This record gives sequence, C-alpha cells and structure tokens, in this order.
Amino acid sequence: MQRSLKRWWPVFLLPTFAAFCVGFIYPFIQGLYLSFCKFITIDNPTWNGLANYIYAFTDASFRQSFLFSAAFTIVSTLAINVAAFAIALALTRAIKGTNLFRTVFFMPNLIGGIVLGYIWQILLNCVLSLLEKPLLSLDATYGFWGLIILMCWQQIGYMMIIYIAGLQSIPSDYLEAAKIDGATSWQTLWRIKIPNVMPSITICTFLTLTNGFKLFDQNLALTAGEPAHASEGLALNIYYTFYARSGPQWKGYGQAKAVLFCLLVIAISLIQLRATRSKEVQQ
Amino acid sequence: MHKATKISNTLLTALLTVLSLAWIYPVLMILLNSLKKESAITTSSAFQLPNGATFAGFENYVNAIDSKGFLSAFGYTLLITITSVALILIFCSMCAWFITRVNTWWSKACYYLFIFSMVVPFQMLMFTLSATADKIGTSLTLGNLADALGFTVSKSAAEISLLPVNTPYGICIIYLGFGAGLAVFMFCGFMKSIPLEIEEAAMIDGCGPLRTFFLVVMPILKPTLISVGILETMWVWNDYLLPYLVLDRTKGYTTISILIQYFRGSYGTVEMGPMMACIILTVLPIIIVYLLCQRHIIKGVVAGAVKG
Repeated sequence: MQRSLKRWWPVFLLPTFAAFCVGFIYPFIQGLYLSFCKFITIDNPTWNGLANYIYAFTDASFRQSFLFSAAFTIVSTLAINVAAFAIALALTRAIKGTNLFRTVFFMPNLIGGIVLGYIWQILLNCVLSLLEKPLLSLDATYGFWGLIILMCWQQIGYMMIIYIAGLQSIPSDYLEAAKIDGATSWQTLWRIKIPNVMPSITICTFLTLTNGFKLFDQNLALTAGEPAHASEGLALNIYYTFYARSGPQWKGYGQAKAVLFCLLVIAISLIQLRATRSKEVQQ
Repeated sequence: MHKATKISNTLLTALLTVLSLAWIYPVLMILLNSLKKESAITTSSAFQLPNGATFAGFENYVNAIDSKGFLSAFGYTLLITITSVALILIFCSMCAWFITRVNTWWSKACYYLFIFSMVVPFQMLMFTLSATADKIGTSLTLGNLADALGFTVSKSAAEISLLPVNTPYGICIIYLGFGAGLAVFMFCGFMKSIPLEIEEAAMIDGCGPLRTFFLVVMPILKPTLISVGILETMWVWNDYLLPYLVLDRTKGYTTISILIQYFRGSYGTVEMGPMMACIILTVLPIIIVYLLCQRHIIKGVVAGAVKG
C-alpha cells in the first residue's frame, strides 16, 4: 500500500505543502534573512550583519515592552490558572446547574480579541471615571491591570474546561479509597486531585504562558500601548516598529526584534516539551 | 456531615451565580449602551440604563449597517472563514493521511516542519508575508503570464490576478498554509490509531487511493474533522492582524475585526454608538452558534488542548 500511495504525493501532499511554502516557509526564511539586512528602500535590502540585533538590544522601548510582557505573563498565568482550577473544582462537585455555569464561563473565548478589547475599554473607563481616576489610556498601571482582568475573563473558561476534563478522568476508586481512609477534602485535593491532573496543569500553564507573550489584539484594542508606549507588550512593540515609524531602516529593526521574539517563544515551547516528556516517563 | 455539605453546596451555587452574572455583564452593558443616543453615551454614564430621553431604538444599528459597511465586512468574514476552513479540512486531512501512511524521510520532514510552524509567532512572518502576498496578488496577473508566453490579451483581462491572495477570495490559500500546522498535527495524532487493515482491504478490493481516502478514511475521521473545524473557525473568524496586513483595503476589503478598529478615528474620536452596535452584531451570531453546538465546541477545545 505504501508503494502505491507514494506516487500520489502530488494529490495528497502538494496542495497543503505549496500553500505552506507561500504562507510559512518562504516568509519565514526571507524574514530570517531580512533581519540581517539594511534597507535603503523597502525593496532594496543589503547585508548588514548584526547591526539590527545590536539596535534591538539597545532599544529602551523594546526592553520596556519585554518587562511589560514578562510581568503580564507571570501575573496572568498565576491568576488564570488558580481561578480556573478553583472553578473547575467547584463545577465537578454535585451541584445544580454545572452545565449552565460551564457554558457561561466559556463564552468569552469565542469572541475575538479586538472586540473583547473594546468591550472592556468601555467598561473599565466607566469604572475609572466613576472613581475619578485617570482613564486607561492615561495611566499604564490601570492599563496593565485592565489587561489582566480582560485576559482572565477571556481565558478562565478555556482553562477551566481543560481542568474539568482532567478532574473527571481521575478514577473514582482513588477518591473513594481516600474517603474511606478518612482523608479530609484538603488532603484529597493536595494528595490525589492535584498530582493526578498534573498533565492538565502543564498544558494550561504552557498555553497561558505563550498566550501572555503573544498577546496582541487585546493589547492593541484596550490600550494601544498608551501612554507613551508604557503599556505595550512585545508583540505590539514589534508591530509599531514595523508600521508606525517612517523610514525603511525600521523594517530591519522590526524583523530583528521579531526573530528574538520568535526565539523566546520557541524556548518556552521547548521547556514545555521537556516538562511533558519527563512526566510521561514517570507514569 | 450531610447537612454541612448541603449548605456549602448552596453557598457555592450562589457564589457561582454571582460570578456568572459578572461574566455576562460586559456584553449586556454594551447591548444596553448600543440602544442609547450617540450624545448620551459618555464614559461616566455607561452603567446607566437607557431611559426615555436617551433611548435611540435601533438608530445605531441602522447606522452601522447602512453607512459603515457592516454587511460587506460580515459577508467577507463569512466567505474567508468558510473557504479557509473547508480547504484546511480537506487538504490537511489528505496530507496527514499521506504523512502517516508513507514512511519516508521527506514525509517525516514535512511533518516536523508543520509542527514547527505551530510554535512560530505571527510577528515573525507578518512583514514578509504581507509583502509576499502583495507581490503575488499584483504581479502574477494574466497580462504578465501572456507576455511571458508571447500572447497579447485585452487590457481588462490583463489585470486579472491569477492568484489573488490579497483578496477575500484568495486569502484562504494563506490560511491553508498557516493553519496547516495544527490541523496536520491533530489529524496525524488520530490517524495513527486507525487500523491499517481497513484501508488495505479497500485497496485490495480495487479502491484507488482517492476513493479509499474519501470513502473509508474520511468517515472514520469525522470526530477529528469536527474538532479541527471548530478550532480553525474560531481562529479565522476572529483573526485581525493577518487580514489587516494581507487584504487590499484600497478595494474595500474588510473583515469585522478590521471594521471595528475603523470606528476609532485617527484623531482620537470614537463613534461609540455605531461601534457598540457593531460589537453586538458581531457577538450575537457567535453566541447563537455557540449555544446551538456547545457540546461539540467544548469537546473540540479539549481535544485540541490535550494534543496541542
């Protein structure tokens, strides 16, 4: 069968692979090359060595956006996972209306980042103006916490679904045995439930980590980096470097920043992969 | 003991009810504000219900649909989503079948390339991708092809693009390439569990590879097709940056996410009324579809997350 199928690669493999070359491989390789180039005009790049990378490392706004993204990612990862796990625990108990609650909590996930950003901008600005505090676009601290609230609202439902699936797959014998042995619900949580949902915890942590760094739509719609780039994450900083500056040299700087950003995300993914692998060995 | 559990469960239900009301409230607030008159929408009064003086009926909705081009943006978004997801489901499942069944170095290399593409953030590609799409869309025309082959064609025919990736009709090719990573990965994961004997039996009975795939493998794949379809639909429908950079906006091609961004004028003015009407018109179909096929959506998300 393998023999006869092999000749059919133009039908089975080629359409996807051709589109993949146009949509991914070619732009990726060209992007790598351009990050080492100096642009005189946009269509005329010349080799320039590491100059773009040196610029990216000395750019204060890039460093600031990295710190913003890192702080945002840490806080949002903790907040989303703790809240999602708590809600998942509550919803796996025998209470009425669990399906309805699950439906409601998951709903914001289906709404696009731009729309979510505007919804929360209106809501948060109203709260801030009633409290007589500066609006989102005037104070980066509120912008930061606004983004955290927005991302919690969006992602808790998603992570909750994964945790519920994990909690439901724990064999009921374990829980019954714990009950018969007289374990308190606190002990059951720490000794049985959490160790058994470790795979879900790894997945959710990884998803929230990468989502935190990749955050773009919500950031653009909620604060657009205001005031003065102080609430700007890495992805938004790269976007502004490409498109909000005039002068072709910015394309090279932007591409160098994008390559660094890409390396960062790949590094996180590799760590995640190792974490999952080592868990699989133990099981 | 039993009574204590009952009380704590009631308390928990009450707490969850309050929390889920808080979850719905933002959308509800936008709905109420979208019914207010433009002049009555201010930042500090967004929590007030519309009353006799501020109620505007569906004025904002009419405005959003009539003069802001909501319908065309909605239509383009629908077109892009349907064509892209259909292409992804058909071609990526075929590709995944080939990769799992044909064991050569180049099929394996393809597989790892697809996996790699899932990790790479869009910012890495956005500048070169939009430039490439622009170049393909504008220079790969019938006229240029005819020149190369030594024909002449009429001027109107010469402007027809052969691969119009910068229009809503051709952008699905880019989505196919970009969405292939997740789709191929999920299909391959499932395909490994399908016993080879079924396909071999079909082949021995005289089915060619195409018929074997579409009549035997495709039906078995159905649950994964639904999961992948849902995940890719959620992504394409809500995507902002890719269509914003790739679509030729001078020809009026917009999607909903781009349209909403337009309401924020370049000088800090925002037309709040039509914008909120637009948000509601965007969110409403999503919520309806979600309520109708919630079970599949939640299942699809779990499948995608556990494998991804």
